[in-house]
Amino acid sequence: MNRISEPLATRHSKILGVGDYRPSRVVPNSEIVDLIDSSDEWIRERSGIESRRYASADESVVDMSVAAGQKALAAAGITAAQLSAVIVATVTYPFQTPSAATDVTLRLGNPNAAAFDISAACAGFCYGVGMASDMVRTHSAEYVLLIGVEKLSDFTDPTDRGTAFIFADGAGAIVIGPSDRPKIGPMIWGSDATAREAIIMQPSWLELRNPNGLANTGNIGWPDIKMQGQAVFRWAVYQMAPVGLKAIEAAGITVDQLDAFIPHQANIRIIDAMAKAMKLPEEVIIARDVRVSGNTSAASIPLAMAALYDSGEVKSGQLALLIGFGAGLVYAAQVVELP
Amino acid sequence: MAITEQEVLAGIKEIVEEVAGVPGSDIEMSKNFTDDLDVDSLSMVEVVVAAEERFGIKIPDDQVSGMLTVGDAVNFIVKAAN
Repeated sequence: MNRISEPLATRHSKILGVGDYRPSRVVPNSEIVDLIDSSDEWIRERSGIESRRYASADESVVDMSVAAGQKALAAAGITAAQLSAVIVATVTYPFQTPSAATDVTLRLGNPNAAAFDISAACAGFCYGVGMASDMVRTHSAEYVLLIGVEKLSDFTDPTDRGTAFIFADGAGAIVIGPSDRPKIGPMIWGSDATAREAIIMQPSWLELRNPNGLANTGNIGWPDIKMQGQAVFRWAVYQMAPVGLKAIEAAGITVDQLDAFIPHQANIRIIDAMAKAMKLPEEVIIARDVRVSGNTSAASIPLAMAALYDSGEVKSGQLALLIGFGAGLVYAAQVVELP
Repeated sequence: MAITEQEVLAGIKEIVEEVAGVPGSDIEMSKNFTDDLDVDSLSMVEVVVAAEERFGIKIPDDQVSGMLTVGDAVNFIVKAAN
């Protein structure tokens, strides 16, 4: 009988470099409070956000992805030609098909690399880290460029008090490749799909063409993002803290050996409550980029990672816990050694 | 043994002080969480989770929105725990 031959033995993986792109337009709270009848003080208290970035018409999801990707490649010392695959984690690429990743590979100058998008909301980047690591470890890929990018300002209602001050735009990217020793820990991931209505963009595009649908009743609105804030807060703090601890244990380290905590930058209240629930030692550096970036969903973790380097708060070789969680509700976490 | 209103109030004072930094001496049955104690809806989630653990009860989301004062919370917990 004919059999497929034994695969190559698995190898280790690591992050080689980080890159980021922040849109040029800085939007302080003062610019958005009027439409939601709120105040700078309330927004800071409620979320920690002081300002965020909104991308302009010439800063599309792909524009931001390419910019962040190029920076990551340069930091990694890898050329686009060396990439086996490009993965774009996003929920705001406004085309059904082809993927954003295929436009990124084209513009980076390697149109033959494997390319696909991940739709896992605010967990998309961590899902991508796990998948890219697995791909490298099993020799499906040599070097993978993973980009987390969002243009949430395209899908946020500026008059919705629950979301207008939260969501924002940006992109972050990393290159993952082979390593002489393990530098990306096992991914702890899953979901609670019973809560999939907690964060949602609706209705579907089909309503535009449905003869009996919302469009004909004059009721169709833009599918802006809607969120049940308290339910999501509760899930994120109390269900995700144990996931973070599991990822630390799976990496074979203890909480005391962790140098940095880089969670999805949803809201500073969630970040602080998670750190408290996990009983992180005081010395652990906690990423709080949300203050100047807002919640950029799949982009938030790589943006926060890049910011920690820029501020000198972290250095190469340190161990960081990444944890993403969001619409689905889905989550993923892993410990990584910072490049 | 049934839990008393005093015991629950004492527990709530500790929890609110721990979650929101409000001194226990400021917390009374008549006080409104948002208006008097500056405990917003996200802090209420933390208070509710801590109370559930402390008193061994469940507080459904639709009951939380009706808990405007400390007294509302204490009364609910006394009923649920007994």
